Amino acid sequence: MTDFLLELRSEEIPARMQEKAREDLARLFAAELDKAGLKAAEVVSYATPRRLALILKGLPEQTAAVSEETKGPRVGAPPQALEGFLRKTGLTADQLVERDGVLFAIVDKPGRATAEVLAAAIPAVIRAFPWPKSMRWGADSLSTESLRWVRPLQGIVALFGSEVVPCEIAGVASGAATVGHRFHHPGAITIGSADDYVEKLRACHVIVDGAERRNIIALGAKMAAQKAGLSLIEDEGLLYENAGLTEWPMPLLGRFDEAFLAVPPEVIQLTARVNQKYFVCRDSAGKLANAFVCVANIDAADGGEKIVAGNQKVLAARLSDARFFYETDLKVKLADQAVKLEKIVFHEKLGTVADKVERVAKLARWLVESGVVISPSPLVGEGRGPSRSDGKGEGDLDAASPTPPHPSAPSALPPSPTRGEGELATLAERAARLAKADLVTGMVGEFPELQGLMGGYYAAAQGQEPAVAAAIRDHYKPVGQGDDVPTDPVTVAVALADKLDTLARFFLVEEKPTGSRDPYALRRAALGVVSTVTQNSIRLPLRSAITEAVVSLLPSEEAATLAPLVRDFETIERMAGRGGLSDSGETNMVERWDENAAEITRKGRMAREKATADLLDFFADRLKVQQREAGVRHDLIDAVFALGGEDDLVRLLERVKALQAFVGTEDGANLLAGYKRAANILKKEGVATASAPAKAGAQGSEGQGNPGPLLSQGHEVAQHASGFAYDPEPAEAALAAALDAAEPKATAAIEAEDFEGAMAALAILRAPIDAFFDSVTVNDADPVKRAARLSLLARMRDAVHKVADFAKIEG
Amino acid sequence: MGERLTPSAPCAKALPKPYRVTNLSEPLSFQRMILTLHDYWSTRGCLILQPYDMRMGAGTFHPATTLRALGPEPWNAAFVQPCRRPTDGRYGENPNRLQHYYQYQVILKPSPPDLQELYLGSLAAIGIDFTRHDIRFVEDDWESPTLGAWGLGWEVWCDGMEVTQFTYFQQMGGFDCKPVAGELTYGLERLAMYIQNKDSVYDLAFNDAGVTYGDVFLENEREMSTWNFEIADTDALFDLFRKAAAECERSLEARLPIPAYEQAIEASHIFNLLNARGVISVAERQAYIGRVRDLAKGACTAWIEKKSPEWEAAYPGWAA
Repeated sequence: MTDFLLELRSEEIPARMQEKAREDLARLFAAELDKAGLKAAEVVSYATPRRLALILKGLPEQTAAVSEETKGPRVGAPPQALEGFLRKTGLTADQLVERDGVLFAIVDKPGRATAEVLAAAIPAVIRAFPWPKSMRWGADSLSTESLRWVRPLQGIVALFGSEVVPCEIAGVASGAATVGHRFHHPGAITIGSADDYVEKLRACHVIVDGAERRNIIALGAKMAAQKAGLSLIEDEGLLYENAGLTEWPMPLLGRFDEAFLAVPPEVIQLTARVNQKYFVCRDSAGKLANAFVCVANIDAADGGEKIVAGNQKVLAARLSDARFFYETDLKVKLADQAVKLEKIVFHEKLGTVADKVERVAKLARWLVESGVVISPSPLVGEGRGPSRSDGKGEGDLDAASPTPPHPSAPSALPPSPTRGEGELATLAERAARLAKADLVTGMVGEFPELQGLMGGYYAAAQGQEPAVAAAIRDHYKPVGQGDDVPTDPVTVAVALADKLDTLARFFLVEEKPTGSRDPYALRRAALGVVSTVTQNSIRLPLRSAITEAVVSLLPSEEAATLAPLVRDFETIERMAGRGGLSDSGETNMVERWDENAAEITRKGRMAREKATADLLDFFADRLKVQQREAGVRHDLIDAVFALGGEDDLVRLLERVKALQAFVGTEDGANLLAGYKRAANILKKEGVATASAPAKAGAQGSEGQGNPGPLLSQGHEVAQHASGFAYDPEPAEAALAAALDAAEPKATAAIEAEDFEGAMAALAILRAPIDAFFDSVTVNDADPVKRAARLSLLARMRDAVHKVADFAKIEG
Repeated sequence: MGERLTPSAPCAKALPKPYRVTNLSEPLSFQRMILTLHDYWSTRGCLILQPYDMRMGAGTFHPATTLRALGPEPWNAAFVQPCRRPTDGRYGENPNRLQHYYQYQVILKPSPPDLQELYLGSLAAIGIDFTRHDIRFVEDDWESPTLGAWGLGWEVWCDGMEVTQFTYFQQMGGFDCKPVAGELTYGLERLAMYIQNKDSVYDLAFNDAGVTYGDVFLENEREMSTWNFEIADTDALFDLFRKAAAECERSLEARLPIPAYEQAIEASHIFNLLNARGVISVAERQAYIGRVRDLAKGACTAWIEKKSPEWEAAYPGWAA
């Protein structure tokens, strides 16, 4: 058994690509070897900025000998077929083997030297390497067929045991030599074998293992902060990035002028992180400190003094730029900034951002005035703003910065006190009108990630109400799973209105997500609505809200819709004025104009209805996805959805939760079994559902087969009234009595939205239905008895359907 | 530019390692830094050209970069190019931002195998000591929508400061670069501030006799910022844009790619001025950029069409 080492050395590989490249190298190589029947006992791969390396341990010297069998023509097939087969296999007729009248070619392949397989695999892997972006270079690039690599390929080390595996690609020949750190050890190093690769490079200031570099950075940065009496704000993304930029990482602590702390901490952190790839620190009080940790790629002769000085200077210049933006932005009222949104296109089919703001403002007001968002919202009992989540999402500033709110940060402001509806509506509308204004500020232009947050700061600084500032800040929330969900009523109104508008409008112009394509993040928006509504127990009638969002046409949009009509009308006038139209011609055109107007109105209405229906389905899917992750059974959601007409997500979920609890009990499980038995009999007998499950306004019996021959609808209704036309058996009478008791209870409980109560009412039915099936024969010879018993089962089914369509429940 | 330049000699090998750091008792002045770079690249086979005599946003617009990046012939050149970025003007009040500054451009076609080493040698030549400074190559892919060009490369960091844009051109004017050229763009003021340890660009020593960068350019920044942002006649600029575009097209009809390209440069700068005056709406912006791109692409296309017979004859098998 022998080990193989491969190192592909190049000019600096982008940090973000290294981890995947390392995995790809191992995967592609394994696949190449697999073709030859080779498998390594252990596979290790490494990436640094300047090299990808692979070590395959425990390869045999030779591949195993194999015998390959190829099926040929039947005996007695036309000679051309036989000739073709012989040509293909390179055998003669007497070398073929016959089996069951079919000829086979059997070729024994002796084992190949593994080194030979490796020599062929190296160029194959290099040529097929899936870099996200690759390039050509050098003299060879005179042709576009020249090799592509992430950056120019400089060297190949390929050793099987201690022998070089000879290969050449794009003028780079394999060998045993590589180079160490660019500055610490620029000369050639000869590698003996896979065994000494890692240690030889370490001796030349290259740590080949990315995980080890990350550890060094994590530990070094932490210690540097501690030494300064500070604590490091950890950041996984920065760890990877810095490890991808260094072969010999040296974390160094630097400082910046305390005066810059007047700029919001999120801005400082973002500047340091995004532009400079620095970690930041907090002081013992938990506040952002005027310190950063940079990671150099060299053990400097002066201990890093000059490097720190240089980095401090760069950060100072960055921060003074940020402060310039901040101070400049503060001077312009958000309301004045908002005017500029008229010049920003939101989407080519959906007008400008100013148009959007206008719609969101109206919808936010509607959400309050129609009683959807009320004050105080149920979960704001504590009166807190959004609770800080513990999510550690990469790039999520809030998560990465557990610093307490900045003194002037809107999050530090008191919550909105209880307000009247009118005042709440006014605040929501005002917040909505200002919510997008920060998009045209210098700071957000520089750092788009700060949208919302900066608006919140500017609003607070410009004297807006705390609730308005908070709403501007948080109206994009929740951004993805695990993000905070807004709770303050003003924020909730704006956040919901913004997302509903986005969803409704994109659905209206048929820009819906397809497959993995969701360029406008509509799934995230819908999930945001679902989370906001469910976590705050907001009673949002989705259908009405969507209708509201798709119906309100702005004057400018209305003008756009009517524009073709106006043009027609002008043509009529112009032509009539010129005498170009006869009276009848004019009448025709006017009629056509009326028809066109009606057609446009009709098309508009249909588009809106379709968008509403599609969007409701979309929400149902999102809810299922979200609840599945929360452990709610999707069949139970389907069972409640099947009732139709339910567009209040909170009520729907309560029903589902009560149902899930109920079917988990013995009563529930047995009732479900009884229900299924009853439903099967009814289905067999063709007895349609009487009322539920019914789509809102639709006939329950539609599409469910004709009523059974024995039961007319009228008969069924008559049977629903209590009383028997014959002497019932005790279990029959008991079931009837239980239904008499359970039905009104369940109905009342559902009306009171007491779903547990409704389930409890249904639980009464469990024992009687069991007894009924034990002692009563449904299929009685007497048609009256049979009809009455079927009717009883139908009543039982319908009673259960008041809660959910149990037929959808699995198990 | 009108004469066809003979292909320059291929670049010499990189300096033997470790890098030969210029040991200086005094840091280089701005002008000595330029002279040192000229000397360095001149001895490595580059033609030392002079700035193009037109207003442009980046050294890449210089025809010695753009047009010469096309075609199969070797081309090695270095030059200083003044750059104008009207929106970056700060009336001389920001120590780091200027509406007029200098780039040092090196273009090497085909890109030599030791381009990184050659580049590092130039940093050593102007006094950067790699045992005390942290040099890193940080991914930064370059794209110029107005030139229909892109390339892969890095921004080179020295102690966290971007000092050079390092690019392997892959396409120019919408055409594949065959062969690929390596382009180095040094930010001269930044490098000088770094070498001289100055916090303000205006405090840079321009020469060794006490003249500062501010003595030369501060008033220029103040006046040009005012003109760019407040005074420039927008009606006249719109008119100039139209005229440059029209002249570009007329030149293309006359099969004169170089004058056409000059008009594309002109249109690009006029667009930047209009932008600084804030009279181009977001919606119109894309249309203007598209117009400039079409002009530049038209010039590149015409250049390729005109030169192809010659190139194909000299490089059998080569085709645009």
